[in-house]
Amino acid sequence: MTLRAAPNFRAVWAIYRMEMARAFRTVLQSIISPVISTSLYFVVFGSAIGSRITEIDGIAYGAFIVPGLMMLSLLTQSISNASFAIYFPKFVGSIYELLSAPVSYLEIIIAYVGGAATKSIMLGLIILATAALFVPLRIEHPFWMIAFLVLTAVTFSLFGFIIGIWAKTFEQLQLVPLLIVTPLTFLGGSFYSIHMLPGIWKTITLFNPVVYLISGFRWSFYGKADVSVGVSLGMTLLFLAICIAIVAWIFRTGYRLRN
Amino acid sequence: MSSIISISGVTKTYATGFKALKEINLDIERGEIFALLGPNGAGKTTLISIVCGIVNRSSGTVTVDGHDIGRDYRAARSLIGLVPQELTIDAFETVWATVNYSRGLFGKASNAAFVEKVLRDLSLWDKKDSKAITLSGGMKRRLMIAKALSHEPRVLFLDEPTAGVDVELRQDMWAMVRRLREDGVTIILTTHYIEEAEAMADRVGVINKGEIILVEGKAELMRKLGRKQMKLELRAPLAAVPDGLSHYSLELSDDGSQLTYTYDNQSDRPGVASLIRDLEAAGIQFRDLDTKNSSLEEIFVSLLRQEP
Repeated sequence: MTLRAAPNFRAVWAIYRMEMARAFRTVLQSIISPVISTSLYFVVFGSAIGSRITEIDGIAYGAFIVPGLMMLSLLTQSISNASFAIYFPKFVGSIYELLSAPVSYLEIIIAYVGGAATKSIMLGLIILATAALFVPLRIEHPFWMIAFLVLTAVTFSLFGFIIGIWAKTFEQLQLVPLLIVTPLTFLGGSFYSIHMLPGIWKTITLFNPVVYLISGFRWSFYGKADVSVGVSLGMTLLFLAICIAIVAWIFRTGYRLRN
Repeated sequence: MSSIISISGVTKTYATGFKALKEINLDIERGEIFALLGPNGAGKTTLISIVCGIVNRSSGTVTVDGHDIGRDYRAARSLIGLVPQELTIDAFETVWATVNYSRGLFGKASNAAFVEKVLRDLSLWDKKDSKAITLSGGMKRRLMIAKALSHEPRVLFLDEPTAGVDVELRQDMWAMVRRLREDGVTIILTTHYIEEAEAMADRVGVINKGEIILVEGKAELMRKLGRKQMKLELRAPLAAVPDGLSHYSLELSDDGSQLTYTYDNQSDRPGVASLIRDLEAAGIQFRDLDTKNSSLEEIFVSLLRQEP
């Protein structure tokens, strides 16, 4: 009995591999399009605006926006990868197989979130490599850079997973990323330092959780941050904890998965 | 223990308040082919979905080979293969990838030779590198079966397996089901095609409005509830059944050329011989005579009619 109750690692691997295979099958959509959009950001923000703002906190503007750009893609792609991965089988009905398989909810999460996070981490690194072609980069705290990268990818993949389970229509699937995440990211200091904002906006911005992600991530590159790195890390972990709690609740109740 | 699936006191009330199942008690015996019959909306798919872990039950217990489907879901589910009614496959995966995925999902070590055998048995081997989306409806149905068999289940659920399936595939499927049974796999199929149950099943359960109204060996069911009919083609049409024959349950066709006698074939004295003698005495001559057992379908329809 105890032997049979052992974790089903093969299932985790099967789901993970399937998810990764999907990414490689849609290589154009998953990898090439973010490279193109990153390059466009560099042309528009880096060159057009960068010619007017030469540097922020002693960092060349082109280099300054790199961590923010990576976070922008990391957030949106983690959410869309994970939400789509679980929404699609729900939509076509093939979820029956997952629900009838001897897998625990935890294993389902590890596999799907792991797959989505892996894809967005790879994406982040591709953007980093692309950026290195445009601007000179330096990474002062590589360990923390990787830590923020992984934490953010996992957190937002979990968040995407929740959206994918919650969504009943494709419209709802797009709703949260479009109406909440994208604005928060743009207003989260991807392209500027929040110190550049006028008084009240600086305070309002502090309610935006994305500010902490970008600030901490930028610190790992250049050692300069809008808010202290400890606060950034704390906020990231807090958001991760909230997502884990929601997921735990979903799976305890079978919310929108099992009638 | 002879039953491989034991369902006791299972009910299901959906959030809408709809009672899909009311107190289901059912035992499926090891190695049998069990047909669950019922009209659309009777609760067949809900019952299967509960056993397979797709739908949560409202109350009751289900064990699969002694493993509770809640407490010991891993052991219970790993024994079960499910072929659902709808063709729901990830359209962009290849046949090979999706069948191997199913095997992995159920915790089985990869075994290319076994998967190859499953695909060959289902005439899918030529299509192994094709994407599911390019397959015909019949091929997709085979693929669903291949996925369910990929992890070597001991119990196979076939939910409406031959709905919209052509004759060739239907016969292939029946042959496959018999082969599986020879290997000791227990098969539960739901259908509303009675002929399917009649051809395949060892036992039949009838479900209607969320209740099992009958479980019986197919042969006993046919014997017990089956009626026999004798049709007589008359030489000359009759205007009415003569009074002398009124104690037989005879039916005269509209044009008066055919008499139908319905009788209980369980009876010691079915009355066939005496009817023929009496017909002769009444001077009624017939050209031809034909007898047949009522089909499971007729039994089924009469059962549902008896339901309040």
